[in-house]
Formats: sequence, C-alpha cells, structure tokens
Amino acid sequence: MHAMGWVQLAVFTIVLLAITKPLGLYLVRVLDPRGRTYLEPVLKPVENLVYKLIGAERTGEQDWKGYAASALVLSVIGALFTYAVLRLQQFLPLNPQHFGPLSPDLSFNTAASFTTNTNWQSYGGETTMSYLSQMVALTSHNFFSAAMGISVATALVRGIARQKTKLLGNFWVDFTRVCLYLLLPISLVLAVFLVSQGVIQNFSHYRTAHVVDPYTVQVAKKSAAGLDVKDAAGKTVMVNKKIDTQSIAMGPVASQEAIKELGTNGGGFMNANSAHPYENPTPLSNFIEMLSIFAIGSGLTYYLGRMVGNQKHGWSIWTAMFLLFLVGTTICWWSESHGNPRLTSVGVSSLEGNTEGKEARFGVFDSALFATITTDTSCGAVNSMHDSFLPLGGLVPLFNMHMGCVVFGGVGAGLYGILIFVVLAIFLAGLMIGRTPEYLGKKLEAYDVMTAVLAILIPSAVLLGFTAIAAVTSWGLAGRGNLGPHGLSEILYAFTSSVNNNGSAFAGLSGNSVPYNTALALAMLAGRYFVIVPILALAGNLASKKAVPVSSGSMPVSGGTFVLLVIGTVVIIGALTFFPVVSLGPIVEHFLMVNSTKLF
Amino acid sequence: MARKSYSLFDRSILVPAIGDSFKKLNPVYLAKNPVIFVTLVGAVVTTGELMFAPLRGEAIGFPLQISLWLWFTVLFANFAEAMAEGRGKAQADTLRKARTQTVANMLQPNGEAKSVAAESLRKDDVVIVKAGEVIPADGEVVQGAASVDESAITGESAPVIRESGGDRSAVTGGTRVLSDEITIRVTANPGESFMDHMISLVEGAKRQKTPNEIALTILLASLTILFIIVVSTLKPFGVYSHTVFSITVLAALLVCLMPTTIGGLLSAIGIAGIDRLVQHNVLAMSGRAVEAAGDVDVLLLDKTGTITLGNRQAVEFVPAPGVTVEELADAAQLASLADETPEGRSIVVLAKEFGIPERELGEFQHAEFIPFTAKTRMSGVDVDGRRYRKGAADAVCEFVGGALSEDVQKCVNDIAQKGATPLVVARDGRVLGAIHLKDIVKSGLQDRFERFRAMGIRTVMITGDNRLTAEAIAREAGVDDYLAEARPEDKLALIRREQAVGHLVAMTGDGTNDAPALAQADVGVAMNTGTQAAKEAGNMVDLDSDPTKLIEVVEIGKQLLMTRGALTTFSVANDVAKFFAIIPAMVVATFPEIGPLNIMRLATPNSAILSAVIFNAVIIVALIPLALKGIKFRPLGAAQILRRNLLIYGLGGLVVPFIGIKLIDLLIRAAGLA
Repeated sequence: MHAMGWVQLAVFTIVLLAITKPLGLYLVRVLDPRGRTYLEPVLKPVENLVYKLIGAERTGEQDWKGYAASALVLSVIGALFTYAVLRLQQFLPLNPQHFGPLSPDLSFNTAASFTTNTNWQSYGGETTMSYLSQMVALTSHNFFSAAMGISVATALVRGIARQKTKLLGNFWVDFTRVCLYLLLPISLVLAVFLVSQGVIQNFSHYRTAHVVDPYTVQVAKKSAAGLDVKDAAGKTVMVNKKIDTQSIAMGPVASQEAIKELGTNGGGFMNANSAHPYENPTPLSNFIEMLSIFAIGSGLTYYLGRMVGNQKHGWSIWTAMFLLFLVGTTICWWSESHGNPRLTSVGVSSLEGNTEGKEARFGVFDSALFATITTDTSCGAVNSMHDSFLPLGGLVPLFNMHMGCVVFGGVGAGLYGILIFVVLAIFLAGLMIGRTPEYLGKKLEAYDVMTAVLAILIPSAVLLGFTAIAAVTSWGLAGRGNLGPHGLSEILYAFTSSVNNNGSAFAGLSGNSVPYNTALALAMLAGRYFVIVPILALAGNLASKKAVPVSSGSMPVSGGTFVLLVIGTVVIIGALTFFPVVSLGPIVEHFLMVNSTKLF
Repeated sequence: MARKSYSLFDRSILVPAIGDSFKKLNPVYLAKNPVIFVTLVGAVVTTGELMFAPLRGEAIGFPLQISLWLWFTVLFANFAEAMAEGRGKAQADTLRKARTQTVANMLQPNGEAKSVAAESLRKDDVVIVKAGEVIPADGEVVQGAASVDESAITGESAPVIRESGGDRSAVTGGTRVLSDEITIRVTANPGESFMDHMISLVEGAKRQKTPNEIALTILLASLTILFIIVVSTLKPFGVYSHTVFSITVLAALLVCLMPTTIGGLLSAIGIAGIDRLVQHNVLAMSGRAVEAAGDVDVLLLDKTGTITLGNRQAVEFVPAPGVTVEELADAAQLASLADETPEGRSIVVLAKEFGIPERELGEFQHAEFIPFTAKTRMSGVDVDGRRYRKGAADAVCEFVGGALSEDVQKCVNDIAQKGATPLVVARDGRVLGAIHLKDIVKSGLQDRFERFRAMGIRTVMITGDNRLTAEAIAREAGVDDYLAEARPEDKLALIRREQAVGHLVAMTGDGTNDAPALAQADVGVAMNTGTQAAKEAGNMVDLDSDPTKLIEVVEIGKQLLMTRGALTTFSVANDVAKFFAIIPAMVVATFPEIGPLNIMRLATPNSAILSAVIFNAVIIVALIPLALKGIKFRPLGAAQILRRNLLIYGLGGLVVPFIGIKLIDLLIRAAGLA
C-alpha cells in the first residue's frame, strides 16, 4: 500500500467532489421538463420530434402506474428488438467477420442483460458480435437502460419532494431528456477523449499481426471433416502447431466504451473489457473511466438535495456512499497488496502483491480501485479479473454488490437503491425520536415499508434461490472454473452480479449454457423490475402524502449520526444477510489459504 | 378508580402471567405475530427432530436443549405480553368491583316511576336517581342538580356537582348521588358504557394494532421471510461444501436471526403505553390516539387552568394624586368585602399588606353591601354615610358621574398595556385610584414550554382575553403563540389551519361547544367533568380534568414510540454477534481452518449455538421491565435523542450480545451442558 496509491485516491476523491455539484445542477435542468440547457438550440428540435413521434406530450404527467407501465413497455420493446438483431445478425450489415446468429438462450440472456443495465456477457464480444449488433442492439441499450434508471430515480425524488399529488412526471419526457441532454453529449466528449488515448473507432476487418516471439502449442489433429482424430486407444491425436500470427480485433470501440462507463453498463466491446488495451489503454483513460462510472451517481445525490430542498441531506447521502467506497477500496487494495501465501512460500515474489489476473500497466492499486468502483456501482466493467483476487480482495466486490450496488450505484439505480435503505433506516431508528418515522416530512407508513422491503426481499430471494439451485445441480457445478469454496464464490458472484444488475463476472465461471443463460437472465430481470415497480409504487405513495413541516423535532436526515445510521442499515440489512453463504465461499477460502495446504 | 400502582413483578400479576404464557401457545392466537409464530414452528420442528435423534444414534443432549430454549423463546414472548395485560387486568378488576348490581327507577311515559334492573336500560330511557343511589347508566342530567361521588372512576373523593343544562350535565354509570335528586336520560346501551369501555381498554381485550405497529409488523415479517430464505438456502450450500447442517441447527440459526426480541415485546410495549396513560388517569379511546400524541407538534392550551391559575389576583394599588396608598387600600378592601369572587378576595388580602386589618361583613351592622354581578361589574358598600365602590373603569365612571382624571386614566391604560386588568376604586364622588389585577402564570411552565420547543412542539395559548392581555400572558408563560378573543369556532378554524399545513394538533376541552374542535384535533383530551358531547368527540378522557395533563399525554406518546424504536434497533443490531457466534460453529466441523472467525472464542460449536439461542431467549425476559416502563424520556431535540438512543440501543445492540453470548458460553462450559 504505497504512497502513490494514496495520492491517486486523494486526487480521485477531489475530482469526484469537484464534479458533483456542477453535474447535480445540470441534472436539475435536464430533469425539469421546462429546464433550459446550453444544448437547447441544437437539441430542442430533436426533443420535440421525439415527442411528436411517441406522442408523449398528449400523455402529460403520469401517476406511478402509468410511469411504471411506460418503463416496462419500453423495456419489452427494447429487449425484443435486441433479441431479434442477435438472432438475425448474419443477415444484417456491418458484419465483416461474418459472425453467425447467437443461440436462443444466449440471445435471451444478452437481451435481458443489456435491457436491465446489467451487461452480463455470456459471450466474448470480438468473437460473437457483429459491429451492427454491438452498436445498435447493445449500445442503444447502454443509453436506454441508463436513462430509464435515472428516470425512475427522478420519479422517486419527485415523490419525496412533492405533496398531495399522484403525478410523478412523464416517463417519456424524462427518458428522452436524459438521453439527449445528459448521456449523448457527455458520451460524445468522452469518446473523443478515449480516442485521443488510443481507443479505436473503426469498422475494419480484424487485423493479423506477426508475433514477436513465435511459439508452438499442441492442438488436436482434425480430420478433413473437421472432427478430432482419435488413435486406436480412443485418445485424441495431438499435433504441434506453430503460432506466429495473431488476430487483432477491430471495431467501433470508443463510442461504446464511453457510455459503457458513464451509464454504468459495463458491457465491454472486447471480452477482456477495460483490461483490453483498445478499451482502456492508459492510466489517464483508466482514471477517466473510473470517474465516469461514479459521475452521474455522485451528481444525483446533489440533485436529490436540491430537489428536496435539503442540500445537507444530499451531501450526507454522498458521504455515506463515499465512506463505504473508501473502506471497500482500502480493504481490497490491502488484500491485493499481499502475495498469495501459497505462492510466496514456494518463492514467488510478493513485492508487487497479488498480480495474477491484473494488467501490468494498472498494477494492484488501480485494479483494486477499479474493482471497488465497478461493483460499488452496477457498472461491471473490469480492468482486472476479479476471479484471481485473493479471497478477501474478491470478497469486496461481492460485498459491494450484496449491499445492492448502492455506493453511488448504477445511474439512477444507486440513488433509488440507497433511498430504499434510507427509508428502512429511518423507519427502524426514527421511532427512537418519539414520533412516527418521517422522511423529509413524509410519514412512513405500512405501505411505504412494504414497498421498500419488497425491493430488498425479492432480489435477495432470487439471488439466494438461484445460487442454491446452481450449487447442487450438475449444470450449475459444470460451469465452475474451480472446485471447493472458490467454485461456490464463482456461482454466487454470477447471480449476485446479475440480480444487482452489475454484470461483472468472477471470470472463472462459464455461464454460456442453456440453464445458466436462462437462470441468469431471469435473475437480471427480477433484480431490475421487481425493484423498479415497488420503488415507483413507493414514489407514488410518498407523493400523495401531505408533508409535515420540518422542525427540531423531526428526524434528522443529515449529519454524522444519520450517515452512520444509513451505513449500518446498508451493511446489516443489505449485506450481512449473505454472511452465511459468503462464509462458505470467500471467507472459508481465505482461512484455508492462510491456515492449511488444502487444495480442491 | 382507586388506582394502585403495581411493582413490576408483583406476585398477583406474575403468577397468572406465567399461566397465560402457556395458554397463548395457541397457534391461532400466535399467528398475529409472525416472528413468534415462526419461532413456534421452529420449536415444534426441533422437537419433532428430537424423536429421530435416537434412531440415528445421535446424542440427544444438544438438540434437546436447543428445542427447549426455542420453546422458552416463545413462552418468554408470551410472558411479556401476559405481564402487560396482567397489569391492565388488575386495573380492570378494581373497576369491576365498583360496578354493582343496581336497580333503576325508570320514568314511564305516563309519568310514573317503575323499578327495573339497570342492565335492561336502553339509550334514551329516562331514570330518576335519588340521594344515596348509584347512577345506573351513563347519561345526561335533564332535570335537577346533585352532588355526585365519582371516586369510582376518578379516584377523587371530593364530590362534584352535576346539573341539567350547561357543561356539567354528564354522569357516569357506577357513580353515586350524594344529595338531591336528578332525572337522567340514558345515553349508552348496556355493554357500551364508559365503564365497559374503560374495562375493555385497560384489559387490552379490544386492542387493535395501531398503524405504526402494523407497519413495524410488516417490516418484522419481511425480515423473518428474508431469514427463512437465508437459512433454507444454507442447506444446499452445505451440500455443496460437504457439510451437513442439521434441522436443529438451522432452526436455531433462524430463530436467532429473526427479530424475536422486538417481535416478542411489541404488543407488551403497546399495552404498557395505554396502561401508563391510565396510571395518569387518562383514558385513551384507542392505541392510535396514544401514538398520535407522540406525533403532535402543536399544542393548543386553554389559558385558564392550564397556563394561569385560573384567577386574577390583585398585585398593586395605584393611588390617584393626593391619595395615600393606605387610603386607597382601605377603600378597596371595604368595596371588595361583598365580592366573593377570587379577584375580590385577593384585594382584601392585598390590602392587609398595607396595614388594613381584614374585616368581616358581620362587623358592619348598618352597612348596605352591593355584591359584584356580571351586569353591574362593580361591588361596594354604603357605610357610615360613605359609598365605596370598586369595579371596571367605565362602571365606576358612571357611578361617580364623570370621566376619570388624566392621571388615573393613564394608570388604567398602563395596567391594561401590561396585559393585566385595571379596576378603579371610588369613594363617594371621588376616584381614589386603580387596582392592578394580574393573571398568575403557573410556575415551571416556561421551562416546560422551552423543552417542548426543543422537541419541535409549538404551544399556542387560547384565551377569550383581548389581544393585549393575551400577548402579555403569552410572553410571561413562554408560549410560542396565542389566539386572543377566541370563540369555539375560532379554535376549530385554528386547528384546521394548522392541520392544512401538515401539523398535528392536540387540545383539551370540556364544553359542548368544544366538541367540534375536539373531534377535529388529532389528539382531543376531554375533561371528565365536561359534557357527554365533549367526551364523545375527544379520543382521550382525563379523569382528573386537569388540562395541564396534555403535556404528560404527549410525553407518554413519545415514550411509547421511542421504546418501540429502541428495542427494534437493538433487536436488529443483535444479529451481527449472532452471526459471529453461530456461523463459524456451523462451518468449523468441515473446515477447521475457519477457527479464527470464532472471535468470541466460544468453547465448542454446540455451546456456541446454544449460547446464542439462550441469549436470544433470555434477552426477551431481561427487556420486559424496559418494555413495560418505557425507555427514559428526555425532552431534547430529535438530533440529540437520535444520537443518544442510537448510541445506547444501536451500538449497545451490537456489543451487548457479544458479551452476553460469551458469558453464557462460560456458564454452559462450567455446567458441562455442551
């Protein structure tokens, strides 16, 4: 844990803090249907055209059911569209590598994955997807799913801020404005910046490069029909193959990369994601990518404070998030700074820490920081392989996701996720001040508690249920890259990542099978829509209430006590629920690594 | 009601409560409480498992103990509720004793009285009650006046006057007429009387969950479901890890993780809250009203009786030029001798301070006394050829037949400016000076209102006085606001106005014209001396008819909610320690390397699990006193209270079980139980 790491962490924090307020203020304008932005002269006609096409202006403001129905309709249309493109990509243009169609289960999984802002990838991008699929079927969702998350968060904030109304705003208007005024312009700037760092943006055929250091590998001998040749004993005949060339994937990476981070989507163009030099070439690109992941989530906390007329509340939420981020980063970094004791004991240097699965150009600190950031949010982009982290280092991303990816969080999803915990925290502890718990003047009653716990209960049930099934079925066990506790961690990580719409993977798991693709897709859908719907119901109920004037007798929603209360609730209710299963995964793995020589 | 305060573990309550704990094992009854119901299921399942242990050749000691402690957990929760109910029942029994079989003289349509059993009386029947008889039913005096002994319900032995018309017309069944005869129109059918209502309330028989309890139950039920999922999926994870988790251990883990502490104490806290009000001689018509009292942020307080002592007192004589204070005091006293109002008495008393001996009416043989009346607004005496008068300025002016002198007028104005009442004293045609009559604000109120302000509660004084007077008293008493020259409809309008901007309002009232406001207020405390209409409109009745009680009512409401919140927080925070006790114990058999996770260094896996289960059960009993008495109430701002309680019950909830489980583990090891 070197000084440069601390300096980077400090710089990252300062820059994050610096962009929070301007971004928050910009969000206030974007999310106000009559708000004016600098981009209006250019984009207003487009905005009006979109409204005309979808007839949004006729609808006016919607109640929670209307808002939810619109979000669901858009999701279904989007998912069907993506499914169709992936199934038909061989007939569609921009497919220089002539990739065939995806299987039905993989298409379903991918459609669900991108619609839900998860971007779990059961495929390798550069070996599966045509450029058209990447740009139209997937990247469109990077915008849409992000905009949907922000829209739902806005509806919740309006529900808190408004009183005695059923109306939460118009989904189509919010959605359109977020896409046009927020995501598109920032992505454009980001993409140009990434190109400046070396990220590629083209429609070329893949290039063939001659390797500097040719080498020979043994591969199965193929018959003319393409089958493995067997010897008399039934064994596959192996032949030498000299490797002197390498295929280098090309494509429109930068345009997808920018929104991948900004919209906390995380689906990489390449299989190696942000560990790939064409996605994330330099330390500066790495820094900016990490910042983009947190940017909107951070700005939304300021937006919250501004909208509810209590800026301190916004900053307190920010602080609670930041502290959870800081502790996670420190633990992960600390864990990865040590070598694997099993390896150091046989003489492997631990000077650089645990370097397995990490890019040399990022090193331990930037890998740990990226891993924490990507799982604090529901981004899921990776610049290192979390599967290779030491058990406790790998526990940090897992724990972050168990909390619900609420540390800055997925764009919008992080805010509404943490507000669910805020509602629960205030309900649990708020009674202690001797009043019916109230959040910013709104009394929290049975309906509010019910919607809030549903948004936690259903995802947890789905997560544990699917993981338990996979842990004892042959298809579930077959996907593992490792046996023993680490194998359980891989399964757990996959479902945790899906339910929380993160999308990062303990890369050891091979999830591209019919049961995994299906189960993970269902987990992603449940984790998204069984949260969004209760949240909008909560928003609708809060909006309909009369606000009690805030006084010195009201529940404080800012300050140190409140911050600790929120952190405590997130940790105890959100994450400790998973302590039993985690103790059979990463925790026991850690003690086995330290205290025994057992292998699996 | 001769209310006895019971010590926490009074034998007369304790013993029946133990019996009731077993009666409450009825699953139909327990189903109301999801947490304890699941605990019961856990106890049944582990007991069932116990039968199979010998078949599998397993030791029975551990599963037997777990099973027993799970039963104890349920019983302890039942016991907590039974204790709370027992205290209410004891109060109700006292009430029942007061209700004796009575015969009523029902007035027939033909005008004759007929003797009927009290139970047969219906609403709108008319009965005659004579001195010495017990009033057979709740009703309204329609004719006559009588002194009534209401000690059966108020515990107050001094008789009260009940008379037809006006605000003192309501009578309660079970009270006794001491003198005279009254005709009563019955207002309640049998079983719906005030006394019946009171009994069912203190017994908790008709208790319904309050909105806040419902919300909390939803949360607790959800946590229960969550932990059922966590524990049931642990079975397959065990299969994956080649570890066998027995049903007994899984049930133990589930019960420990579920919020059994608050689940077991929740209804006891609610019952105890109502009981605490009863001890203050306040009857809440529902638990909802008690909760609302905690939420109230505007208190409407009647000036007279609540803020001031109810009577104005003379505090100063201001003589006119050329008149000595003694001369004025002498004249004032003479003029006030016939004034039996408290104001008049206070003038007589004040005069003594100026060396004027107190004189009796009897001393003056040939004097003609003019008593004070509301019409003349003046009292006085004609003695020895001199005419002394004292009264309102304009009344005295009329008497002397001219305007006041500039000096006296100025001093009258000055007194009025201060919010006090000026009286003018005259002898024959000459004005001698003014008397300063002042409202006396009760002591200690300023402090109390200050504390309310800290809690975010605004106090508003309601008075019929003019603005000037009202403002002066409001300032002296330290209330935040006042409503002057208030008529009943102004009170109602004020409540509506406050509620429209989101405030919750509490008030007291007694008159029939208070009824609409009492009904509109979120917490309406009716005085027991008040009219039936007022009592029906309010959601609480103060048997002592002490308007200051409103303040205690608010504090009790807050204390109820605080206790509930504190124990919920404590219960949820407990889980951390229980995880650390049980999970390593469950895993260590297969993976001995996980030993260091047993941070409490508990002796064996079995004793670790057993210790957690025992702690979980025992903590319910340990917290019964807190649940019944309520946590200590401190009038602080919300931020301070939150910090304080979070420290005690949140942090305490994290730390205490670590210590408790460790201690129990040591005991178990010493006793060789596991």
